Amino acid sequence: MAYTAVKGGSDAIVAAEKLIQQPQIAPGEAEIALEQIAHQMPAAVDKVMSEGGLYAPGLAAMAIRQVEGDLFEAAFMLRAYRSTLPRFGYSLPTRGDEMRVVRRISSSFRDIPGGQLLGRTRDYTQRLLNVGEFGAFENSAVGALNGNGTANGAAREQLPNGSHDANAGNGAAPGLPTHFPKVADVMRAMGIMASRPSDNGHAGEIPVTEPDDITRESMRFPVSRTAWLQALARGESGALVCLAYSSMRGYGGKGDHGTIAELRVGDLPLTVTHPLTGQPVTIGHYRATEVEMTGREHRRRSSEAKLDRYGLSYGLVFGQHERKAIAMALLDSTLMEQAPIEGQAAPANDQEMVLYHLDGIESFGFVEHLKLPHFVTFGSGLQLMIEQATSASAAAMNEPVAQDGTATA
Amino acid sequence: MTVSERTTIRSNGATAPDATGHVLSVEGLTKLYGDGCPDCLRLTGPETETNSCPRCGSIVACADVSFELRPGRTLGIVGESGSGKTTVLRCLYGDMPPTSGDAYLNAYAGGQRSIFKADPQERRRIRNFHLGMVYQNPRQGLNLMISSGGNVAERLLAAEWRRVDAIRERAAGLLGRMEIPLDRMDQIPAYFSGGMQQRVQVAKALANGPVVVLLDEMTSGLDVSVQAGVLDLILEIQREEGIAMLVVSHDLGVIRLLCERTIVMKSGRVVEAGVTDQILEDPHHPYTQLLVSSVNS
Amino acid sequence: MTTTIANASTAIEHNTAFDVGPRRETLPGYNYAFLDELSKKAIRRAILKAVAIPGYQVPFGSRELPIARGWGTGGLQITLSLVGAGDVVKVIDQGADDSVNAVNIRRLVERTAPDVSTTTETGLASIIQTRHRTPEQPLREDQIIVYQVPLPEPLRPVERKESETRRMHGEGDYSRMWVALYEDIVQNGRITRGAGYPVMVNERHIMSPSPIPRWDLPRLDMARNLSLFGAGREKRVYAVPPLTSVIPLAFEDQPFTVESFNGLHCRRCGSDGSYLVAIPDERGESHYVCSDEDWCAARVDAQQTLQEGQGAAE
Repeated sequence: MAYTAVKGGSDAIVAAEKLIQQPQIAPGEAEIALEQIAHQMPAAVDKVMSEGGLYAPGLAAMAIRQVEGDLFEAAFMLRAYRSTLPRFGYSLPTRGDEMRVVRRISSSFRDIPGGQLLGRTRDYTQRLLNVGEFGAFENSAVGALNGNGTANGAAREQLPNGSHDANAGNGAAPGLPTHFPKVADVMRAMGIMASRPSDNGHAGEIPVTEPDDITRESMRFPVSRTAWLQALARGESGALVCLAYSSMRGYGGKGDHGTIAELRVGDLPLTVTHPLTGQPVTIGHYRATEVEMTGREHRRRSSEAKLDRYGLSYGLVFGQHERKAIAMALLDSTLMEQAPIEGQAAPANDQEMVLYHLDGIESFGFVEHLKLPHFVTFGSGLQLMIEQATSASAAAMNEPVAQDGTATA
Repeated sequence: MTVSERTTIRSNGATAPDATGHVLSVEGLTKLYGDGCPDCLRLTGPETETNSCPRCGSIVACADVSFELRPGRTLGIVGESGSGKTTVLRCLYGDMPPTSGDAYLNAYAGGQRSIFKADPQERRRIRNFHLGMVYQNPRQGLNLMISSGGNVAERLLAAEWRRVDAIRERAAGLLGRMEIPLDRMDQIPAYFSGGMQQRVQVAKALANGPVVVLLDEMTSGLDVSVQAGVLDLILEIQREEGIAMLVVSHDLGVIRLLCERTIVMKSGRVVEAGVTDQILEDPHHPYTQLLVSSVNS
Repeated sequence: MTTTIANASTAIEHNTAFDVGPRRETLPGYNYAFLDELSKKAIRRAILKAVAIPGYQVPFGSRELPIARGWGTGGLQITLSLVGAGDVVKVIDQGADDSVNAVNIRRLVERTAPDVSTTTETGLASIIQTRHRTPEQPLREDQIIVYQVPLPEPLRPVERKESETRRMHGEGDYSRMWVALYEDIVQNGRITRGAGYPVMVNERHIMSPSPIPRWDLPRLDMARNLSLFGAGREKRVYAVPPLTSVIPLAFEDQPFTVESFNGLHCRRCGSDGSYLVAIPDERGESHYVCSDEDWCAARVDAQQTLQEGQGAAE
């Protein structure tokens, strides 16, 4: 049944809960055991415990399974659970050197007393997908999962009675319509929407130009709107949420966070130009989350728009991933705003601040590169430090300074 | 009638080219913000008393500004806010490009080529070697996070000085000349008084031995008691060094003190030009008359 | 813990790569040298532009690789775009061939370009990919060195915005960089920068030489070889062509100096004319060894040969 704000609200919630409680398991498939999660996905368990602030691998595994892999949600569950637990007391302080070490490195020196112990680390492996292992994709589990378009695999397509329902198993109740008018179009019909923004965020006609591709040309600032939308879509979810959050709180900016005109989750057609006929042809579907937000106006300086209009900002991500899509729409909006005074942009308004720092592969790579040896650069200033320390302690002991600090033969 | 025809020219030919040549000659400097339309110039200016084009909303910050500056001489630009006088300075210094017009500097291409036609590298060299600028707000002209000596050094380094001792000596000399104590040289100007910050700016503007120094409302943020001190210093230096100066101010007292010649601007246009004393004693344009009388009363 | 030093036999083994030898299997499902051909072409075009404008950072569409960003993807994209049959590749990190990250990078090249051989001997390499060091021996004109660069923009410490640093390079407006050095001297009596010291290339562009020690900078100036610099995460490539001036920024009365190792020498080969690194023990006392492992090993070999010769003569 349709979602109505006033009547039937509790009916809608109950119906949504029933859908959530149907686990997304295909017929004949076994439910993942908690041990499998804890043993085969310890990185997920560790992330959830660290963000949940609760050390309990079993509970973390349980949370991950219950929320179907949404690690933010799993951390949330641990936090909520933590609130029910009484606090008995505090542990005593521990020192780092009491640790039973399984891995230990230093970047400052080539060799350290006790040695560099790499341990079990992915750092020096190559992130090569083991595609060879699966042979030809078409005949394997990878192919089956890849090739069916919808996010949740072959199980989605068939009802137990063998019929096909477009909504079967994908989270929607059977029998509902699958296509809806855009709320933004409704608002356009009401005459309250600004005309579609062009590439650089100003009101205008939709341009017929190629969008920029930041994976083929590196960004040079200021970038076009197509470039920043692409960067946002590929961005690390936590980074997007962090920056969007700062803007919503009004850090350095107005704090007017706008309103969601519409959030959609579903399957978008993938349409390409047929190489022979030149006609558009749909070759498959992919699941996506789309968010359109209003609230911030973007008016051109001189002409038109003397009337108040709603501007529209946009978020689109692969899969069902709502918080990132919302954050994306928020940041699209903050990036469209002109900072009133140069040098006083809030972080979320500052193109270079936002776009340089939200790519997860870049940020985690560079942060983690600190584990690489840096003893040559470190050594560049080291000698002076050692000399100063040596002469300081020798002066303290009133002894002549040794020319160097070596114990060479 | 064009704007220049409306300009009241002093009859003693003071605007005729000097035998020794001009250090700076500006022709038809115009700066527009916005898209512009064919009516912008006609619908703005001192007659309509607006900078904003009623048809297209563009702002005509200044239009058709022309004047000459001779070596070692001082020229004042007086007008209220919105007159376009600051815009003229900022276009000359290179903070923003003009919409149209030319400016010839004797130190660049022998005065044969407009500095506005120079490429960005050349433009930067002109600014670094031949010009100095003092902004109304010291925050614009100073780097508040480096020492006052470092601020002066920055101009010398931009002019390719490469000896630390020579740089330090010159910076100390200039700051000392501006009556800034030596122990302040290594301190950042962020915590200096407004007057002291302005004096650091002046030292900085003079550092590279420019042919023209541009002064933009430099005493406006200062207490009256402090203003006099700064102005006296500038006057002294100008006379000793023979530096050409372009002085922008809304304050007729400052103009009278520093400038032999003056142009008057209103709503982006030059309305009167000539010897300062004569303009102030016997203003011809109605706006100038208004300006002069409001000071006297 | 003793460090394994690449020995002469490894080099000899790889010497045979000059004749093609048995073809190893490329990784199934992956193109030669990993990147697709169009990507390699785009990268080579960026390299050519970089060579044409010494020291200028050319933006390029940097690709992701199976190695993390910040771990050498820029250098690797250059190397992978350049290698072909007959190339001999050396990979070092902090001067060492057996450093774990260098080994990993070398393995990727071996796995994806089987007709390319690898070596630890500097003299045998046609391409040397390096992190944070220049080999002690001067390179020849037929050799290319590829530096891994974390932060290509030398002006970033004085200006945070890329749009502004771009303008500064375009106009040659470097006064803020010079002021930072000047203030360093005023406050500390000397320039306190260590590795990654800014240099002026071809008298026009200020460049970051990557975090190599000051010790290595004199060897960049008027070198016979081509030097390429790759920043994968920041997506810039730049170059110093052969016989180009590379001058560390300094003042006439505060000349540039390299790190000093007064009275120190390498415990293995005895050198006091190479860049040394400290190995501390638990009591806080250090001995020193050459950072350039191949150079050190060659000296040790030469000394052993000499001793054996003398022993035989006696």
